[in-house]
Order: sequence, then C-alpha cells, then structure tokens
Amino acid sequence: MKRLLALATIVTLAVALGMTAATPARPATYTLPAEAATLKQTRDQGYAKTEALCTTCHSRDYISTQPPRKGKEFWAAEVNKMVTLYGAPIPEPYRSVIVEYLASAY
Amino acid sequence: MFDRRQFIMGAGGLAAALAGSKLAGRRAWAQSVMLPFANGERPLVRYPQKRPLIKLTERPPQLETPFTVFDEGAITPNDAFFVRYHLADIPREIDPNVFRLEIDGKVKKPLTLSLKDLKAMPATEIVAVNQCSGNSRAFFEPRVGGGQLGNGAMGNARWKGVSLKAVLDRAGVQAGARQVVLQGLDQPVVAATPDFVKALDVDHARDGEVMLAWAMNGADLPWLNGYPLRVVVPGYYGTYWMKHVNQITVIDAELDNFWMKTAYRIPDNECACVPAGSKPDKTVPIARLDVRSFITNLPDGAAIKAGATLVRGIAFDGGHGIKDVALSSDGGKTWSATQLGKELGKYSFRTWQTTIKLPAGAHALMVRATSRSGEVQPMEPRWNPAGYMRNVVETVHVEAA
Repeated sequence: MKRLLALATIVTLAVALGMTAATPARPATYTLPAEAATLKQTRDQGYAKTEALCTTCHSRDYISTQPPRKGKEFWAAEVNKMVTLYGAPIPEPYRSVIVEYLASAY
Repeated sequence: MFDRRQFIMGAGGLAAALAGSKLAGRRAWAQSVMLPFANGERPLVRYPQKRPLIKLTERPPQLETPFTVFDEGAITPNDAFFVRYHLADIPREIDPNVFRLEIDGKVKKPLTLSLKDLKAMPATEIVAVNQCSGNSRAFFEPRVGGGQLGNGAMGNARWKGVSLKAVLDRAGVQAGARQVVLQGLDQPVVAATPDFVKALDVDHARDGEVMLAWAMNGADLPWLNGYPLRVVVPGYYGTYWMKHVNQITVIDAELDNFWMKTAYRIPDNECACVPAGSKPDKTVPIARLDVRSFITNLPDGAAIKAGATLVRGIAFDGGHGIKDVALSSDGGKTWSATQLGKELGKYSFRTWQTTIKLPAGAHALMVRATSRSGEVQPMEPRWNPAGYMRNVVETVHVEAA
C-alpha cells in the first residue's frame, strides 16, 4: 500500500511537471510584438475617423502598404468592400471623408 | 564572383536602412528592406519562433520571407517561413492536451480526435510548396489592391501528419457527400465579418495526399504557421491550407460562403487572366499552382565579375514536377539548359543551376521553367483583378565588369 502511495505521488508529480508519456508540455501561448504601424497625420477630417473606425478590425499598415496614388475611385471601392463584404462598422455619414483622407494621404 | 556589398545593398536584396527614415511623418524602423516596387519599404521584425522577416501587416500578422532565404536550399526553414492570416482574432493560447479536432456532418460516425489520437494513426510525409494566391501581387501593372507582396509569400517544407483520407474513412463519409469544409481556431473581430472557412471537393479531400499536418521540417508547426495542426493541400494555393484546423464538416452541397463564392476566384480561362484593368465574365475557385522559377543567387542589379558565372535557383509547379529550367542572357532569343537538382517530390521546390560566360556589360538573365505536363511560363505577365497566380518569366539584371 505504501509503495502504491509512493508510486501515485511520483506519477502525480510527473504529470504536474508535464513529464508523462502523453503529449509533452509545449509553449501554450503566443505573444505578438507591440503594434507600431502609423497613419499619416493630416488635418483632414477623415484622418481622425480613419483612426477611430478602420483600426477596429486590422492594423494601419493594411492601409499604408497599398499601392501609392491610386486615387479616389480606388479608395472608395476599398471602403465599400470593407463595409459591404467584411461588415466594417463605418457609419454611412463618415465614409466619404474617410475616402477623401485616404485618397489624399495615400 | 559578384561584389557582396553590392548584393546586400541591391534593389532586390536585403537593405538595412539606418534608423531615422527620410520619409516625412513616418516612424523610423530600426531595420527595413526596400522591395522593388513603389511603396515597397517594409520593416524587418522578429516574431517569436521566427528570424527577422518582412512585415506586411501586424494585426493580423502577415510576414514575407526575405528572398535570399530561397538561396539557402530547397527547404525553407521554419523560422523563415512566411505567415498569412485574414482575421485578427488569431489563437493566443492553445493547450495541446485539450485541443480537439471535430469531424462531423455527413459522416456515419462523428469523431472528436485529440492530437494523441491523430498521431496514433499511420503517419505520412510529403515535401510540398505552400504559396499564397497573391504572392508577387505587388508586381502587377497596373497595381491592384490587396496584400502588397513581393516574391516571399511562398515556402517549401517537409510536412508530416495523417492523411485527411484516413481520418474521413474512420468517420465514414456518407453517400451523397460533395465537399469537406475546413475551419480553424482563428475568428473575425466583428461578428459581421465572414469567418475564414474553405472547402475541398470530397474526392480531392480523400485523395491520400491532402494531409492534416502536425509537423514541419521535423518540428512542431510554428505557432504562426498553424500550430498544432493544419491542412496541407499539395499543389494547391495556400488559401486551402487551413491553419489551426479544429473542425472538419462533410456536406452534401457546395460551400456557399464569401471565401469560396466571392473571394479567391480566378478568370475561367486557360491563362486565368484578363486584359489589364478589365473584369472577367466568369470565374472559378483558385486551385492548382502554376509553374514558376526564380534565380536565387543574384539579386536584380547585382555587380558581378565578367567571365564564368554561376546562376542558380528554384522552380516549382502544381504537382506534375519540373521537366526543365532554361536560362537566357540575350533577352529570350536563345535559351540554354540548366542542371536540375535532386527531386524531393513533385510538389517540392526543384533546385537548378548552370554556369554561363558573361562578357563585360549589362545582361538581362531570364529563367523559364517547363513542367512535365508541358506548362511553360509566359514571357509576358498575366493580369487579373485580384492579383493572383503571377508566373511570368523572371528577369535579373546584372552588370559584369
């Protein structure tokens, strides 16, 4: 009985330390580096709205890495895609100023 | 032999910019690269389990492999392998003892399998290229929106796991089954965003090559490459290679969701292309990789010593295997054969090399692969609105002196 108890203790300790024949202990968490991407800060009304509304779902570099100087039609289509296909929470009154900011800054 | 300093500072190579960028209003990056297209400056960032990689986006993380890695050998090391996500709610905590894979839907016996259960099944290995559908998108002219990738969203690894066929056979696929739906642990941030869910036709899913992999190049999957389990679809674009896969559902219809019916569609024609700037009438889901080849030891703009020059690189296709890789130094007028390296598998990068004599002056080196099915790379780039499947003959300009 004593030997069984000793064995049970060893096994419990081994399990607690992850040293069993089952799947060994692995890093169970992942830490991402802090976000660093920024948007061009301008006086456009749309700059503040872009910061507030577009960063809900993704980082700023989704915007800043797009091909440069694509113009208003491109950015209007992108914002429209975000709203209609991805369900972006951008209230209708703010969409045009966001497009204007993106088209002028990028 | 080429000037190594030139290699490091060359336009297509790795350029370490000094802190204090010249670009107005931009935060300085400690280290960055200049990818060879407009707005191509990218920070180099070390993520856990990864060497410094080219950062496209940070939330969710999307990381490109620096191109010089592809000259290290046919296998892409785990710490250099590219990373792509759609949705920002990626898993941050996974207990491998608690993790379960659910198999349900049109099966005789729904299953709940632990990693231990999966690893007790007959294991299989395959060397296969994973390439993002939009790899090389930033080279499209005219430019298209989306992930502005250089050529680094691809990698070749030895994948180990259990065939999806074995798992589906254990569950018993019912008659009338049409597709197998694949879901992973990652989630959208807002409920209105379509969850990233993909499907394979049932015969494809059961072909014995499609795999549920837990290991990559002899080690656990890196976290960002799908730990603890991912789908491997040899010969197919990465969109199907579901990461952190935890739910497989057999259905008797075609999956009708955004990520199959709207996204990841290509023009329904031979070239999967349309005239630049136009839209296709009809589309089909993206599927098999097209044939590609690259020069890996000489960056664009390299200064080299005139005379005998070693040129080498990689080639791959969607699974027929590479028949030959040819090199031209006269703008494509004449082509010479190269020597192909060891074949690690029909889905793998195939290395190639040759030595050519280059007199002093400027030369445009072009490399063109032909697959065993006769597919050959086009001399002119193909265009489609989404920026998918680029496979034009690649050109590297060198200056010999």
